[in-house]
This record gives sequence, structure tokens and C-alpha cells, in this order.
Amino acid sequence: MLDGKVPAGPLTEKWQNYRGTMPLVAPNNKRRLEVIVVGSGLAGASAAATLGELGYNVKCFTFHDSPRRAHSIAAQGGINAAKNYQNDGDSVYRLFYDTIKGGDYRSRESNVYRLAEVSTNIIDQAVAQGVPFAREYGGLLANRSFGGVQVSRTFYARGQTGQQLLLGAYSSLSRQITLGTVQMYNRHEMMDVVKVDGKARGIIARNLLTGKLERHAAHCVILASGGYGNVFYLSTNAMMSNASAAWRAVRRGALMANPCFTQIHPTCIPVSGDYQSKLTLMSESLRNDGRVWVPKHMKDVEAVRAGTLKPTDIKEEDRDYYLERRYPAFGNLVPRDVASRAAKQACDEGRGVNKTGLAVYLDFADAYERYGKSEANAHGIQNPSKEKILELGRKVVENKYGNLFEMYEKITGENPYHTPMMIYPAVHYTMGGLWVDYNLETNVPGLFALGEANFSDHGANRLGASALMQGLADGYFVIPYTVGTFLSKEIRTPQIDPNDEAFAKAEKAVSDRIDELFKINGSQSVESFHRRLGKIMWDYCGMSRSAEGLEKARKMVRELREEFYKDVYVPGSADEYNPELEKAHRVADFLELGEMMIVDAHDRNESCGGHFREEYQTEDGEALRRDDEYTYVAAWEWADPKAGDPVLHKEDLTFENVELKTRSYK
Amino acid sequence: MKLKLKIWRQKNQDSKGTFETYNVEANEHMSFLEMLDVLNEDLISKKQEPVVFEHDCREGICGTCSMVINGHPHGPNAGTTACQLHMRYFNDGDTITVEPFRAAAFPVMKDLAVDRSAFDRIIQAGGYISVNTGQAVDANAIPVEQVDAAEAFDAATCIGCGACVAACPNASAMLFTSAKVAHLAKLPQGQVEEQQRVLDMVKQMDDEGFGRCSNVTACEAECPKGISIDNIALLNRKYFAASIGSEKQAQ
Repeated sequence: MLDGKVPAGPLTEKWQNYRGTMPLVAPNNKRRLEVIVVGSGLAGASAAATLGELGYNVKCFTFHDSPRRAHSIAAQGGINAAKNYQNDGDSVYRLFYDTIKGGDYRSRESNVYRLAEVSTNIIDQAVAQGVPFAREYGGLLANRSFGGVQVSRTFYARGQTGQQLLLGAYSSLSRQITLGTVQMYNRHEMMDVVKVDGKARGIIARNLLTGKLERHAAHCVILASGGYGNVFYLSTNAMMSNASAAWRAVRRGALMANPCFTQIHPTCIPVSGDYQSKLTLMSESLRNDGRVWVPKHMKDVEAVRAGTLKPTDIKEEDRDYYLERRYPAFGNLVPRDVASRAAKQACDEGRGVNKTGLAVYLDFADAYERYGKSEANAHGIQNPSKEKILELGRKVVENKYGNLFEMYEKITGENPYHTPMMIYPAVHYTMGGLWVDYNLETNVPGLFALGEANFSDHGANRLGASALMQGLADGYFVIPYTVGTFLSKEIRTPQIDPNDEAFAKAEKAVSDRIDELFKINGSQSVESFHRRLGKIMWDYCGMSRSAEGLEKARKMVRELREEFYKDVYVPGSADEYNPELEKAHRVADFLELGEMMIVDAHDRNESCGGHFREEYQTEDGEALRRDDEYTYVAAWEWADPKAGDPVLHKEDLTFENVELKTRSYK
Repeated sequence: MKLKLKIWRQKNQDSKGTFETYNVEANEHMSFLEMLDVLNEDLISKKQEPVVFEHDCREGICGTCSMVINGHPHGPNAGTTACQLHMRYFNDGDTITVEPFRAAAFPVMKDLAVDRSAFDRIIQAGGYISVNTGQAVDANAIPVEQVDAAEAFDAATCIGCGACVAACPNASAMLFTSAKVAHLAKLPQGQVEEQQRVLDMVKQMDDEGFGRCSNVTACEAECPKGISIDNIALLNRKYFAASIGSEKQAQ
């Protein structure tokens, strides 16, 4: 049984007491202690900057050409914080409760409460850095609502909140680079974690321009390397987002927690062809005004697919607004996991509306009419024509979502003001990640994991606008304290020697792995293997899973992995800038991680959040959680597939402050 | 659609590059980068070296792509990054020229990939507000006029791709530098260090080997995020105030 090292005391006092009683590291000792941070997104950049400010010697690594390119930059909607600036009844407890419930009761209470507590500090910090959040006329901060909650607590900077928050963290990081407390290593990929006497003491990094392997030693290592959504090949993640840093840690003994908890976002632009490289998100906010539907009759489905019938010509009574029909209480605003599954079911019934049969409509016609009438009224236009109403209504919608409509048109070539958008769910985020305790420390002493790379806060489903909050909470306000609990015991440890035998061995292992990949000299590209892996994962470990399907998938992934090591072709050489080699490493790791996700999904005999097992559903097709048996974190230990299966370690989840309830949106 | 591509190939920073011609079969739904993916898959299947180009988010926000398409950074469409450019804007039989961003301060590393770390160093020279984590006052303690916040955002929306430099005949980085100066100058939090910031960032920009601004305004025309040259005017005003109007000096 794993120990989460949760401090004693009432929930509301745990973090305060922790900070008041934890051992400190004196400034003169901080100067001697070295910390490695892998990743420069919201979690990594904020951690590196803050640890630098505190006086530690920090080395920060990113595989990008600049820390500002990390994928946090692409987050659209916003960041939650329990500021209660709107006076609408928000509080730290309410944010905590919404997050626990939204996660379908599969996260750790103490971590989530701490997250809600520090959320308010994040907004203060970001504003002080110059993040240009949206403001009201009076100059105070504006808020909006997001799915799954009843208050307005989301702060935003148009549809580019992630970009602005990352640039804020990047600016703080840049300042520390100038001050010399942080040494930045751009275009460096972490290839392995180095353990000395059981503790994480450094990394092997590859300079991506020269191909040279480098040894970097430190007193501890912090991974802030993001999630693993790209296992599925097609996702809303950036092309280079990968799981390798986290996976290399797993290969060195760290545990991977709840890897089957992946988030499928309901509103993405559908796949349009075999050459497609990635998917694009359309913000959740669109579901405030858009209605989701498919035709009721197969003859209409066939006609729209063939292009002989326009969706706007399908009569109202021949449409199935299936979310409104199935979930009258929440309608189109059900949480992400529920909306995604319902879209899949409609398409499984054969009612998908594009050529591939994998798309549903998101229709704004009602909103145009509603807003148009109200505008006509406001401007005193008597008996407006239907055209006039629609024209006025489209203006209102354009003001609210103009940039998203423009993005849609750029990608699809269709004008969403005149025909309904077509959308389909896509992989977006991974709630699972490296197992960490309350200190955000993995089971490997001295190895920490922050942000999407860890598992701790979102349970089985993440609420909108909570990823930015967690990444920055971990980096600015949690790790700067909790790393001290580890480092205070290391003040007598001299500088770690990168010439230690452990470093030499790890470096040799990395260079052997590189040689192995070139030696295969097969006939298929890395990309083709990645595509095939993604297809298996999406078909059997995606929106809906079954024991039978997962067993089949596991076999397929193993066979694919064998084929990869027999027939992959990596062009170029190891001592140059070689993106294909980088990709080969990442896909090799995805081929192992994918199997672990399948094992975890197979083991969890219940449906919760993003994990839907077909065997465990209610009579009307809703998720059936099994709290009596599965209220635990499944943390998996890697085992060589030739030697046996991954080993399951459990951390029991105890809920002392909330009652476990069935989520219902009917 | 059948296309002819003339692509810049260069082994590394020290070698001499040249255009190579390739034929590729594309369709109109592909993005420009997906079309290059198809070319690369084809090259790999023939055991030839794929074309190196930088890319990541493929939705126009990370600023990683760095290619000049038919003479335009990010291609001919306004307000569009290369990754958002779709093949439906090209015609069957077209010849398309693809080359890296060209500037002395952005050395080519391989094929279409350039080194833009000079931008990082300009930010490191002063593109920040000096506030440590935990020092901040309550976020609503200092109201910011809505229009100022909106203008700060408009400047801060820069994705740091470097198209402005590639578009400029002088390879000047004034649009990039001024966007950061303006973003922070529009906010009360950024005004404390305003003068030192503008002196230090301009000095770093000059030290990196970027050219001078001569008001060609190609930067604004080619910027995929619509960053306005008004920011350059603002930088000039702030620079005069700091250099002539104060005793401060660049550090």
C-alpha cells in the first residue's frame, strides 16, 4: 500500500501546518544545492523561476528551441481561481468540491484542497507579472463560467489564456536566466534519469543540434514534461508533446498512476483524411450557444453524406438533439466525458454526418434567431425580416466567438455562420501520470513530478480551466516548499559527480539504444508505426473499452512493438540534428506506455470519468462507478514484458470531507 | 493535386545550401505542413533524408514554424501561420518555393530550421517585470483601464515566430521588441521599469545583429498575429524619453 504522506489535521489546516512546520534550507545552503527541472511549460517554467528566486542552482531543460514554445501555450479557455470576485458564492471549499466531484471521486482530497487554496495566489502573481487578463469597464478583473460548475471563477485572456500565462512564467524564467540562478538548456531532450544510491541525482540529456549526450548532475530532479495524449497519434496535443521523460522515470522505478484516465474533448474538428497529423479543439464555451444534433432518419444521413441534402434543409422534427433529449437538466452543457460518449453513440448508430461517419452537428441557428430578435428589439426595428434577424444574430455570435469561427473556416473551408459546424471528440488531456505523494515526490526519492506529468489532482476527469491552475500551483506555490523537505536532508551532500559510475552506465545505455534504432534499418517509417499504435489505442482504449477489446489490443500493441524493433527505418545519423531519431525514441516509449494504459483499463472493472467500460453501465447507458472496490489509485510498476506483467501498487483514497455520489445530469 | 516544390536544403550551419526540386501529390484538405509530411514519408520510403522543418502545435500559437513560402513568411495568406495554411489555396500544377527565414541573426541550422535564440536574449535583457513569486498584491488592488488591458493584450499576442525579421529588408527585430515593450508599458505594473527596459532591450537587439528599422512596414503586413507598427512608434517615444530625457544608460 502506497503512502501519500498526507499531513495530519483537518483538511483546511493541512497545508498551513505543513508550511509552518516543514524543515527549511538556509540561504547559504540553497546556493550550494542543485536542482534539475525538465520541461519549461507552465509547471516547469514557474518552478524553475521560483526555485531560482529562492536561491537554488537551477538547470532547466526543454526540447524546444525556446522555453516559450511549450504546449501550455495552446490552452484557450481560462484558469480557475476561488477569488469570489463575482460575489456569487464561490469559496476555496467549493472549488475543491467541484474538482473532486468533476474527477468522479478518484483524486486525493488533500492535494485538491491545497490546489484550491493556492489558486487565488496564482491570479495575483500573474497580474503582477503583466498578464493582460480580461477586465471590466471599472478596471477590475472579468470572469466567465465553465462546464460543471455554477459560479463564475474562470479568469481569461481572450481565447489565449495559456499563451499569456506561459509568457508570464517565461518572463520570470528569463529574469532568473539573466540573474544567473537558472541555466537554460534549449534543444536538449532528457534521455534518462540517473539514480545514485537509490536517489534521483541527474539526467542524461541529448543536445538535439549536435546529437552529443551530456551528463547533468543535481541534488534532485523535477519532471514537468506534460502528458501522454500523443499515444493516440491524433490528439489536440502539439506534435512533439511526448511521454519520454516520464516514461524513462518509470523505467527507472517510478510508478505510473491511473494511466487509463484520459480525457476526450467533445468539440474538436473531425478527422478529414488519412494524412491528418493533428486535431484542433473548438473551445468548450461554444456549447453555451450551440446545439448538438444528428438526423433522426438514415435516409437524411445518407443524403447529407452524399451532398444531395443540406443540413439546414432538414426539418426541425427530423433532427435528434440527443443531448437535450437524454440529459434535459444540463442539455448541451453536460461535462466533457458525457458529451463525448453521447457523440460516439450517435455515430455508432450510423448517424454520423460526414463522409467518414464520425461527426455530429454543432448548430448555432437558434442562437442567431434568439440574439437577432433581441437585437432588433433593442434597436427598435419593427417587423424585421427573417434575414435581418439572422444577420443581427450572426453579429452577436461573431463578437462572442469570432476567432473560433474563423479558425474553423481556415481549417475546413466551410463557413460556420451559414452551415452548422461539424465536430467530433478527440484526445485532449491525460489525468493519469507519475504517482506522487503530497510533496509531489514520486516513489523514487529526489524525483518530483509537476503539472500534467503527475496524476494527483484531476481524478478520472478534469474540469475545464483547471489544467492551467494545476500547472502553475505546482510550480509557483507547492514545489518551492515541498522540495525543501527533501533538500533540507541533503545540505551535507557534496556536489553530485557526473563522472560517477551510475552516470557512465546510464549514458552507455542511452547510446546503445540509439545504436539499436539505427541498426534495425528496416523499411517502415517511425510515423507509420505511430499512426498504427494510435488507431489501436483509439479503437480499444479510447472513449469506450471492454475487457475483450482490451485483451485484443494488448496483443496487437505487443506485436506492433515487435515489428517496430524489426522493421523501423530511422534516416540520418546520431551526431546531427535529426528529428526522425527524436521521434523514434518517443514512439518506442509510446509503444510501451500504450500497453500499460491497456493493462490499467483492463484492471479497472468500473466506469468512472473518462474511463468507460462497456460491461459497467446502467440500464440507460450511463457510467457505473464501483466505489466499494475501486476507490483507489492504481500505480503501476514497470516490468520487462518478457519477464512478466506490470505490478500493481494501490493507494487507497479516503474521503473524509465529501460524500461519494453518483454524478447525474438528467 | 500535383505540385512541384523547390525546397532549400542545407546540411548544417557551416555548409552551403541549395534549392532541390521535388514532386508531391497533395489534396486540398491538407495543411501545408501535412503536405510536407507526405513528401517526407515519400523520401523516407526511398531511404533519402527528409526535409527538416520546425513545427509543433499546428494551430498557429506556438510560433515554431519558420518558413518562407513563395516569398512570404508563413505563406501568402494574411493573418495565417504556415501550419494554418491549407492546400486549397494552391492550384494543381503549381510550383511552390519554400525556404527558411533569412536573417544574419537567425542562422540556418538545417534545411528550413533556423536559430531564433536571439529573441530569447532580447527578452532576457528586460522583457519582464521584476517580481518574485509570492510578492504580489491582490490582483484587483490596481485597476487597469479596460482599453489599456486590451491594448496590452494586442501587443502580448506576439508568438515570437520571427516572421517580422524575415519580412524586413533590414532584418530588423523592431516589431518583436516593441511588442514586448508596449505590452508592459501599457500596464501599471510594467511602468516602474519602463525606461531601463527599453534601453536594455534595444541594446540587446542591436548586439544580436538585427538591422535598423526604416519604416518599411513589411513586418506588420506579414505578421500572422496582426501586431501593429504603432508599437514601434511607442518604442521610439519611450526610447527617446529614456535615452535623452533621463540619465539612465543601457546595462
